Amino acid sequence: MFGDYSLGDLGAILAMQGFAGLILFSVYVLMALGLAVIFGQMGVINMAHGEFMILGAYVTWMTSNAFQQYLPTLFPGYFFVAMILAFIASGSLGMLVEWGLIRHLYQRPLDTMLATWGLSLILQQAYRSVFGAREVGVELPDWMMGSWQATDSIQIPINGMFVMSLTILITIVVAYVLFWSGWGRQVRAVVQNRVMAGAVGINTERVDRYTFGLGCGIAGIAGSAFTMIGSTGPTAGQLYIVDTFLVVVFGGAASLFGTIASAFSISQTQSTLEFFLSGSMAKVITLLTIVAILMMRPQGLFTLKVRK
Amino acid sequence: MIINSRFFNRSELIGFISLALLLIVILPLTLDVFRLNLVAKYLTYAFVAIGLVLCWGYGGILSLGQGVFFGLGGYCMAMFLKLEASSVANTKIQSTPGIPDFMDWNQITALPLFWKPFHSFPFTLAAIILVPGIFAFIIGAAMFKRRVGGVYFAIITQAIAAILTILIVGQQGYTGGINGITDLRTLHGWDIRTDQAKFILYFVEVVLLFGCIVAAQFIRLTKLGRILVAMRDQEDRVRFSGYSVANFKIFAFCAAAVFAAIGGALFTLEVGFMSPSFVGIVPSIEMVIYTAVGGRMSIFGAVYGTLLVNFAKTSLSESFPQLWLFGLGALFIAVVLAFPNGLSGIWADYVQPHIDRLLASRKATWSNGSVADGAPAE
Repeated sequence: MFGDYSLGDLGAILAMQGFAGLILFSVYVLMALGLAVIFGQMGVINMAHGEFMILGAYVTWMTSNAFQQYLPTLFPGYFFVAMILAFIASGSLGMLVEWGLIRHLYQRPLDTMLATWGLSLILQQAYRSVFGAREVGVELPDWMMGSWQATDSIQIPINGMFVMSLTILITIVVAYVLFWSGWGRQVRAVVQNRVMAGAVGINTERVDRYTFGLGCGIAGIAGSAFTMIGSTGPTAGQLYIVDTFLVVVFGGAASLFGTIASAFSISQTQSTLEFFLSGSMAKVITLLTIVAILMMRPQGLFTLKVRK
Repeated sequence: MIINSRFFNRSELIGFISLALLLIVILPLTLDVFRLNLVAKYLTYAFVAIGLVLCWGYGGILSLGQGVFFGLGGYCMAMFLKLEASSVANTKIQSTPGIPDFMDWNQITALPLFWKPFHSFPFTLAAIILVPGIFAFIIGAAMFKRRVGGVYFAIITQAIAAILTILIVGQQGYTGGINGITDLRTLHGWDIRTDQAKFILYFVEVVLLFGCIVAAQFIRLTKLGRILVAMRDQEDRVRFSGYSVANFKIFAFCAAAVFAAIGGALFTLEVGFMSPSFVGIVPSIEMVIYTAVGGRMSIFGAVYGTLLVNFAKTSLSESFPQLWLFGLGALFIAVVLAFPNGLSGIWADYVQPHIDRLLASRKATWSNGSVADGAPAE
């Protein structure tokens, strides 16, 4: 399969596919971060995670339209406003869902999957009724168009680089919030021992609610970033949900570092294979490999050593 | 089959007889062939739902990939029927006669090796049971021996459903792609598309369904069923008592897979095609909701739940396509939040006590009467 390309071509292909893989990696990380926070910290599987992401994408789309219409001069910067709005919208919907649905089901994780799946169906249909079944795409500001010519044969799109730097920033913020802030300490205390955490005066219910909200909010940002590289439809979230679950499980549920490492390996494998095989076979082989590895090592790549 | 008081208790016997009356007498008499064929299509999902009662309700193993086994069974049957439909005489306009039409469209010139055994009907029947059964055994053995369960197992089965769908859609030349295997005509020369054939197939299906119900009831009542329930509630205690938890889980999962495969094969016969849209994540999780609506602990409930949800789906999505997804979503949430035991739970809580009281009061009057009758003798 390497026969038709010269060595230089192959290098350029690898670099460009590698970069395509990095963009996929960014989307995976942004989506998986929120899921890992919710699953790792609370043990809840949120099947509607993709729909929270799409909510962020639609909020971004509406913001960009609003800026185009009312504040055309500020249009180049609309994305930063949209991102914050997406975070708030998805996060508050998440907190509402936790209050109305999830908190009744903490003892029954399998039932949570079914209930959140129902929620995802409702949200999908709601998007379809409100925004229409057609996919929508946002207009990118000028500075995000075009690409950076690294060498003669290597081109790197600017929006891709932007999404990547955003991913790095968000990851750092999440890590800071969870591991160095007082609130993060409360979250970890609740995970380790809910009863004792309650006994020392932590409001465990409120911690749960904000954790769920944070996870959904990150999904909103992921959706916001997603509009930079693709169009948004009512069912787009469902396309990514299985991949993202595998990313989280493969990385080891409670490990933030594991999530990032597994997102990296999965996205790189997939995008490199995609060049040499058809897209569907690349995906099949990647997913099969993950499932096979998970059968050998069900706890995932990186896990905390815990006794149950 | 021996119906004795141990095999079915009184209310189960009533359930069995009323279901048999409904499916064998009432529905065929009241519905036209088109509607009866719809019922037949719904009932194929009931096989999956009964399997899920064993695997999820009793074993506590939630599989979100039952569509995989439904699809494997269905595709085995479809491959046989397709080969029969694409005889050399039927396909002489193709560039390679004698192979299925979609292969010809995809420039495949010889029948692939894994299609060849499906010329034989006995092999096909064996494959419908064995292929999903062995596949389920491999998945189950790999996962349960390593003590993977709960949500992890659910996610992995879901991923397998996704993988199989992508594979079937991607390998168009070998599987028929997104359209699936269509244009199935005859079974051993017997045209399956006529009204009469549909009528006969319906009864064959109902008989098989009752076979599965009896088998499930048998599993439920033996020691095996009790161990499954014990395992679901206190897995460690069962393990400490010396039982191999993994083997029991593998058995429950394989049984559910085989039930689903029988349903899939019948689906192909009833509907006349098989496509990846019955394999993936969405149909698989919808099959779980049939069981949940009927009651995850009730075998009869699973059949009623399947029929009800599908009737609602057909009638709602015909008249209000927008409402259906809202309704289905609300159904998922309501069943989980408010009625974890589904329809059979509602029945047992609200209807059964009244019937029991009615029967008990009648019995009381009878016994009073007998005392009164006996009184003069004293």
